[in-house]
Amino acid sequence: MLELDGVGFGYSPREWTFRGVSFKVHAGTATAVLGPNGSGKTTLVRCAAGLLSPVEGAVRRDGDAGYVPQAHGTAFAYPALEMVLMGRARQVRFFRSPGPADRAAALEAMDRIGIAELQDRMFPTLSGGEQQLVLLARAIAAGCPVLVLDEPATGLDLKNQARILTLLRELCSDGMTVLLSTHHPDHALYLADRVVLMGGSGPTTGTAEEMLTDRELSALYGVPVSTVLYDDGDTQQRTIVVHYGGR
Amino acid sequence: MLDEAAHPRSKKRRKTARRSPLRRDRRERPGGPSIFIPIAVSAGLLTVVCLVALAVGRYNVPLWHVAQILTAQIFPAAPEVSATEESVVVLVRLPRVLLALLVGAGLSIGGAALQAIFRNPLVSPEIIGVSSGASFGGALALLLGLGSLLLVSGAFVFGLLALVMLFLITSGRGGTPLLMIVLGGVVIGSFFSALVAFITYIADPNTTLPAIVFWLLGSVASATFAKVLVAAIPVLLGTIVLLVLRWRINVLSLGDDDAAALGLRPATLRWVVLVAVALMVAGAVAVSGAVSWVGLVIPHVARMWVGPDHRVLLPVSFLLGGTYLIVIDTIARTLTAGEIPLGVLTALIGAPVFFLLLRQNRDRIWDSA
Repeated sequence: MLELDGVGFGYSPREWTFRGVSFKVHAGTATAVLGPNGSGKTTLVRCAAGLLSPVEGAVRRDGDAGYVPQAHGTAFAYPALEMVLMGRARQVRFFRSPGPADRAAALEAMDRIGIAELQDRMFPTLSGGEQQLVLLARAIAAGCPVLVLDEPATGLDLKNQARILTLLRELCSDGMTVLLSTHHPDHALYLADRVVLMGGSGPTTGTAEEMLTDRELSALYGVPVSTVLYDDGDTQQRTIVVHYGGR
Repeated sequence: MLDEAAHPRSKKRRKTARRSPLRRDRRERPGGPSIFIPIAVSAGLLTVVCLVALAVGRYNVPLWHVAQILTAQIFPAAPEVSATEESVVVLVRLPRVLLALLVGAGLSIGGAALQAIFRNPLVSPEIIGVSSGASFGGALALLLGLGSLLLVSGAFVFGLLALVMLFLITSGRGGTPLLMIVLGGVVIGSFFSALVAFITYIADPNTTLPAIVFWLLGSVASATFAKVLVAAIPVLLGTIVLLVLRWRINVLSLGDDDAAALGLRPATLRWVVLVAVALMVAGAVAVSGAVSWVGLVIPHVARMWVGPDHRVLLPVSFLLGGTYLIVIDTIARTLTAGEIPLGVLTALIGAPVFFLLLRQNRDRIWDSA
């Protein structure tokens, strides 16, 4: 469970990035944060993960949050397995190094994501998508009940996007609490029960059905957006189409 | 994904990929052979260099006699060596070798830890301003003509004062950004350097000035067992703290955000590392003056050899740093009839050697580049 209650944050006094954000993510569900660039998505998920203290309001979690940042460079070249092992920092006692149990947990996390073959590769030599998957494995190895992800699909090709989405869905059905920010409304449609829109008039929250509509999304991004139905085998699914203009 | 086959090291990689995770686990268990070998090799190197350094000098003592004299210190037995040989080895050279070992080891492991927490290859222990503070304390004691006890304690106290100043000028609401610490260290370093310059300006050019200049260039020529003890306490204390934190320093080297996301408190941990390094640097400068270069070069050399994992890198830096400074000091006292200051030699020898290593390993120095 992850609950934000009237959370507001600003990097300088009297300048709010957002205010009054309240929503609750139940265990086994996912909530997606959508919004244009600079709307405060990353700030919000960082507050939720406990990396930033909100200026007002409260964040409640039933345990620590595993946080997956956007892929970034590292000063030192550690092997991918070593990066995942660092996810065990909460379990490794103060004067110790990770033991065989931590190693097993790290290898299991990599295996689950399907990147066990990357374990000896140096992290900086991996592609952006592979790095993102290693960071996700690191958060899973941490064994936290709450998972917070900052744009996990950014920079990934379609196959890896699908890989990460199905994996997050699996984690949800295992009882994980998932909060993610994303630039892809269709990912929210696929994954999330609830959606937070970081619009110009302040954040609004609601169920995915309420929020992911033509009207809401067009207003949010300032371009015409339509949701369309398509046949996926026997069932009908919704997806999102953007009218890019011109042509 | 990278094209595996096209990669120059793909042959090696294919081999590791075939190995099952379980077998791999047993082979590279933490604390296993991959960590043990470089530490054992550098410890062996240090031992050999220690013995040779005790043997050579203007009065040469055969290596075999050195070994005999040393064992006789622990297991009293009538050694078959002359009293002169014994006093040269035990009273003259041993404190000097031990002091060079402690100073080199402390500066190197400190430099390795600082490079990690600042995530910057250009960082050396001088960056936090502690060595400038300690230099000022020592120069002040020399200017006032105080004894060697006050020289050592003056340097130590002013070194730690620099750390307190760093803490005060960088602390504020909401933790300390990394850049603030670096800039704060530069500010404090410049401040104390200016004070040192002022002291050399007003010092008597016939008496105190040469003493101050020689001391500032670094030397372990005046080593005594008392000084060894004074250096050993802060250096070993700081080393223990860094070695305890060895794996956490890995996590910290990913950056504050990642470390916090993984459940550490990066700001607190960084201050613990800074205090440990400041202790070692203040202790090293207090007994030997400002020996430059060691804390920058040796961590790089060690990283080229064993990689960036601080579980190996920190102990190897410690051992190699000690080895390096013993070699330098032995050259300093044997090359000419006079004493060449250590700071001059560390740079004269260190700079070209380091440059050659950099050229050879230019792709591996700092792997993200």
